[in-house]
Amino acid sequence: MRLLSAILVWAGFGALVGTPIFIAAASPLLQWRDPVYVVAGFAGIVALALLLVQPVLIGGYLPGLPRRLGRHVHRWTGSLLVVAVIIHVTGLWLTSPPDVIDALIFASPTPFAAWGVVAMWAVFAAAMLALLRRRLRSWLSAWRLGHSALVLVAVVGTVIHAVLIEGTMGMVSKAVLCAAAISAVVRVIIDLRTLMLLKKPQG
Amino acid sequence: MTHPHLTRRDLVAAGGALIGVALATGGSGLLAPARANGLSPTTTMRGGANNYLPGAPIVDRIGGGGFWMTGTVRRAGDGAPLQGARIQIWAHTTEGHERDPHSHGATLTDAAGVFRLEMPQIVPAFGQPHGHLAYDSGDFETVFLRPVMPSSKDTSLEAHFVLQPA
Repeated sequence: MRLLSAILVWAGFGALVGTPIFIAAASPLLQWRDPVYVVAGFAGIVALALLLVQPVLIGGYLPGLPRRLGRHVHRWTGSLLVVAVIIHVTGLWLTSPPDVIDALIFASPTPFAAWGVVAMWAVFAAAMLALLRRRLRSWLSAWRLGHSALVLVAVVGTVIHAVLIEGTMGMVSKAVLCAAAISAVVRVIIDLRTLMLLKKPQG
Repeated sequence: MTHPHLTRRDLVAAGGALIGVALATGGSGLLAPARANGLSPTTTMRGGANNYLPGAPIVDRIGGGGFWMTGTVRRAGDGAPLQGARIQIWAHTTEGHERDPHSHGATLTDAAGVFRLEMPQIVPAFGQPHGHLAYDSGDFETVFLRPVMPSSKDTSLEAHFVLQPA
């Protein structure tokens, strides 16, 4: 019975992450795009999927992957997320430099571009903070609050970015993945009592 | 004036504008005296000039066609239609990216100030199905437009220029 439920949880999680990528791979838009643009788009979808993976790992919500092990994997998938964001932006830059420059200086005609750029900086800042975790161990509460706040900005920014875009993703699978990512990050913040840190003295 | 793509929305918008002008002038002529007899010029849209390649050739159609880019060109102030105005058009289509030279072409307006150029189907790129148009011939101030299609299934797109003498 426990094995069955474990299999179901993993299958559901795999479907949540995999289905949107699978549907995007069948998009008719791909036939009219150069390989660099295609790769850039998929890097963005992978990054969105990783935003769901990250809190799930930290929360230890996957059977057989307890928090201690999940945290270890979280570091690797976090690095992957940073790489995915860099490939996304670089690929778009190569495809249409002026559109990416407009986005980066917040002068784009499309509002979703600004949300994407905000999310990008939040991901970079959260990753930078992750690298400094050991050095900041005396301020662990502040570290967790900071990392969580940045991640929240990254997830909300990415979701708005993704939902407003007409691209290769299917509308339904995109909405489901976005809702799952937001639910997971909110759940892990509640479960790990991150907000309680605001009331306690530091340390 | 011949206008092949005058929609109900255009008529409502034009009617609304007329009522607005009538109210402004009739209600209190002192409030907006300049606007009452002047059509204000179109301003360049954000991102309109992105991937612009100056000097696109005048063509019968861009690539294989199947999609229509239409619009009008008028003079600011009196709104007179401008004949022979050169409008350059480019977009991400089923036949190429915005940066590809073969995605670019130009056409001239007729006596009624109307332009109409057939081009390949525009497809969503960078998040929106959109086209780019430019007036950049020197007699009037340069204007770049970036209209967005209400639906990516549309097979035509409109853009209108009101130009200010240079």
